[in-house]
Amino acid sequence: MSRRVLVLLPVWAWLLVSVALPVLIVAVLSFSTSVPGVPPYTPLGDAPDGANYAALTEDRFYLDAGLKSLAVAGVSSLACLLLGYPMALAIARAGERWRSLLLLGVMLPFWTGFLLRVTAWIGLLRDGGWVDLALTSLGLPAARLLYTNAAMYIGVTYAYLPFMILPLYARLSRRDPALEEAAADLGATPWVTFLTVTLPQSLPGVLAGLALVFIPAIGEYVIPELLGGPGAQTIGRALWNEFFSNRDWPMAATVANALLLALLVPMVLLRARG
Amino acid sequence: MRRGRFLTACLLLGYAFLYIPVLLLVATSFNPSRLTTVLGGFSLRWYVALWQNDKLIEAAGLSLRVAALSATGATALGTLAGLALARFGRFAGRGAFAALLSARLVLPDVLVGLSLLLLFLQMEQVLGWPEGRGALTITLAHVSVSLSYVAVVIEARLADAGTELEDAAMDLGASPLRAFFLVTLPLLAPALLSGWLLAFTLSLDDLVVATFVSGPGATTLPMVVFSALRLGVTPELNALATVILAVVSVTLGGAWWVQQRVSRPVALGGTQA
Repeated sequence: MSRRVLVLLPVWAWLLVSVALPVLIVAVLSFSTSVPGVPPYTPLGDAPDGANYAALTEDRFYLDAGLKSLAVAGVSSLACLLLGYPMALAIARAGERWRSLLLLGVMLPFWTGFLLRVTAWIGLLRDGGWVDLALTSLGLPAARLLYTNAAMYIGVTYAYLPFMILPLYARLSRRDPALEEAAADLGATPWVTFLTVTLPQSLPGVLAGLALVFIPAIGEYVIPELLGGPGAQTIGRALWNEFFSNRDWPMAATVANALLLALLVPMVLLRARG
Repeated sequence: MRRGRFLTACLLLGYAFLYIPVLLLVATSFNPSRLTTVLGGFSLRWYVALWQNDKLIEAAGLSLRVAALSATGATALGTLAGLALARFGRFAGRGAFAALLSARLVLPDVLVGLSLLLLFLQMEQVLGWPEGRGALTITLAHVSVSLSYVAVVIEARLADAGTELEDAAMDLGASPLRAFFLVTLPLLAPALLSGWLLAFTLSLDDLVVATFVSGPGATTLPMVVFSALRLGVTPELNALATVILAVVSVTLGGAWWVQQRVSRPVALGGTQA
């Protein structure tokens, strides 16, 4: 089938060169040493040593950054679930005519761009911003939220909420309402019906949503940098700073490899669940 | 109906969470004061300032060019990839092929940016191409990122459409290539458009990958906005955000309206006002 080859060849070539090869180069670079010059590292594959990995495990900074990233990803994916589940269910139960408009309403902020959404939150949270203005006009002390962990959690939750709602909605809109009616007819209260009928039917959507928020949030750089302040050192920021500020490319590659390994776990879990 | 009311309240709360920050930002952009929370009057001065900011306009121009080129490249390659996944059955290496494609969807931007920069440097060393870094390397990197998203869209559409129409065309004597161009491609048109738009948006939105693979002289719009945001929000940025918001709302709203019209049963068309 030569026609198949014609279709497959360009994509295979592209994927090997732009996905597999770069990851391989990063892996090799992580065993090289930082030196001043262009490029700022010893030739790839020359006298490989694991000093960067030793630094990664010995320096508390990287462990803390990893834990911070896990906290960001964990808190924001749970917050997205708590906020997104009732929204997805409400949209799935809405009339046919309303659904696409309601979904459009969820997607609109997503299409307007990432930095724009962060801009909006800086305006809200900064000293003397809208939140402080509201609080002081009620006679309460200003909250001074910008550049705190709370600001970072809010920002990540806000940015990734649509990624939670869409898979949940996809699952919930295909649920069988007859089962819920049957449970109600048999005397189950709405909450019991929800816990025993609706929720179990939507579990694959819950898992997909959690993964879609958790995985990008782990490596997130922009939101911790702009909303989180100096204390919010995540793994994404550690990589960025090693590369751009310290110009230690091999260390940046080492952090990248650690990040990749950390991501393999949820990815394999997700694949296993289909 | 207590549960119905609870869900409606949650929905309203969710939309408030999604839209209040954006609406306040829009309101601030028309406020003449530089201090965003000192309200008073209505002014377009920040829009004028935006229009006169050459650095920003130039960056926007570069971003649009890169986005259009990379979206076109990603749509071409992504269509081939989606076609292979949806139509070639269990071809040799399918698992690795799908894994490499989906890897792009889950790898963090910082990792993609770093790894692609290293690739470009190695390629320059070995092949002498691409020479230096700038608009070309950003475009190539964006093709690489968006390709996987386009492939997902195309594969889903092809799987939905089934093969009946293509089979019919070939039964009637069309060659597979002719069937592809006369039947499959028109069938794919909506998916091609939404894939292209998705790739276009991803490219316009990307800060991290572009920062890694860019060189001196190639500054995209997100890069300008980001370096300004590090120093705090300026009223000009609010105006820029409002312009983008308006363009996106009109585009998406229009698409939704057209879709609503088109998907109505033809027989009822005459009775609609």
